[in-house]
Amino acid sequence: MSAVRIAAAALVDLMVQALAMERAAVSRYNALADVMEVHNNRPVEALFRKMAAIEERHAQEIMTEMGWKNDAAVPKAAADSAGSEAPESVPEDLVHYLMWPWHALQLALAAERRAEAFFSRLSQDAADDRVREAATRLRDEEREHVALIKAWLDRTPEPGSDWDDDPDQPRYVD
Amino acid sequence: MNDVATAPALRTASDYKSATKPVWCPGCGDFTVLGAITRALASLQLAPHDVAVVSGIGCSSRIPAYTTCYGFHGVHGRALAAGTGLKVARPDMTVLVTGGDGDGYSIGGNHFMHACRRNVDLTYIVMDNHVYGMTKGQASPTTEPDWDNKLTPGGTGIRSFHPLVIALASGANFVARAFSGDPGGTAETIARAIRHPGFSFVEILSPCVTFRPEQRGWKQQVHPAAVEPTDDPARAARRIMTDDGFNIGVLYEGSRTPYPLQRAGRAVAADLEAEFVL
Repeated sequence: MSAVRIAAAALVDLMVQALAMERAAVSRYNALADVMEVHNNRPVEALFRKMAAIEERHAQEIMTEMGWKNDAAVPKAAADSAGSEAPESVPEDLVHYLMWPWHALQLALAAERRAEAFFSRLSQDAADDRVREAATRLRDEEREHVALIKAWLDRTPEPGSDWDDDPDQPRYVD
Repeated sequence: MNDVATAPALRTASDYKSATKPVWCPGCGDFTVLGAITRALASLQLAPHDVAVVSGIGCSSRIPAYTTCYGFHGVHGRALAAGTGLKVARPDMTVLVTGGDGDGYSIGGNHFMHACRRNVDLTYIVMDNHVYGMTKGQASPTTEPDWDNKLTPGGTGIRSFHPLVIALASGANFVARAFSGDPGGTAETIARAIRHPGFSFVEILSPCVTFRPEQRGWKQQVHPAAVEPTDDPARAARRIMTDDGFNIGVLYEGSRTPYPLQRAGRAVAADLEAEFVL
């Protein structure tokens, strides 16, 4: 196998991984939107759906860039190890039924920062030039997303300290 | 040219999630446990139709509906009885039994001990939040004796049930503790439990953010087990009895021979009906 082929294969591996990360983020944002829908928190549901749509667009951009017309064209990665949590996914245990969009954006910001750090590490560690270049570009994209969410946060009202007060609390027994 | 076109599609965690939207409270640890189960199944590449998820009653017992596997949402405390029956009848299936601390340790406490003792090859996953959440916050077997609320002013004063050591003493072949705030570790532990022969017990600390909001602090309390799992039950018991309850990881991996499962001949429906003729 030639060195070029090895480099190409490694680049494909990177992009398959990047695609999987974006899709994991889409799936998590949609799951969180479902949770908010069930609990009638419409503003945060809408925000999570919007984040899912943004991540889906990123996934599509990777597909287009790599010339993968559909899922069947995406090279198969090894089965995920059970312990891998995609860095761009918002943890499910950090949400609250009364949370505000401001809280949701804070979670999204942390997720984008984790993704930036992930690709930054990859770009530093990559031995192959093409992988390094691609990882650097992906890092820069995540860095842009961090800036965009920060700007979004600046336009979003910050909740007061009573944001989780519930006049109809579920805990009627105590 | 790689073999993309001919390679079989690999299953991902989303292949094991149904379209039904969970009704758990946002932030509930059970969301992560559901995700961990689906990721464990994906890592093992088990076909959904080869897996059955059996549960009892309670918030966490809703899990079967949220997966694409076969599911049975059974009677309170009797999930292990149903799961055992299923595994004996269909040894080819992977059986996961799921539930909460009230369902498993109180209403189903006796089934828990005897399931450990029988050592049938199944995996029991308990989402322990130290409270009855579905019925609005009563003390459960694992509730701390000094947990103060209106139903139990000053606390129950009753010593907490210790499921891990009970499981070990009763004969469970695999004993682990996980934490829902550690999704990767929880998924790995579940996958390992499924692979281990015999009765595998995974106790997952899964906060109830509604009735025990202070459990969000568990994230700062949990820590990985400092030592590798042992196959010596006495040593495991000593470790479990003396740890702080937040020691995460596989704590015991035994080598007891599982309950023998034989593929019995399938009865035809007419034969079964004949047994019920009056």
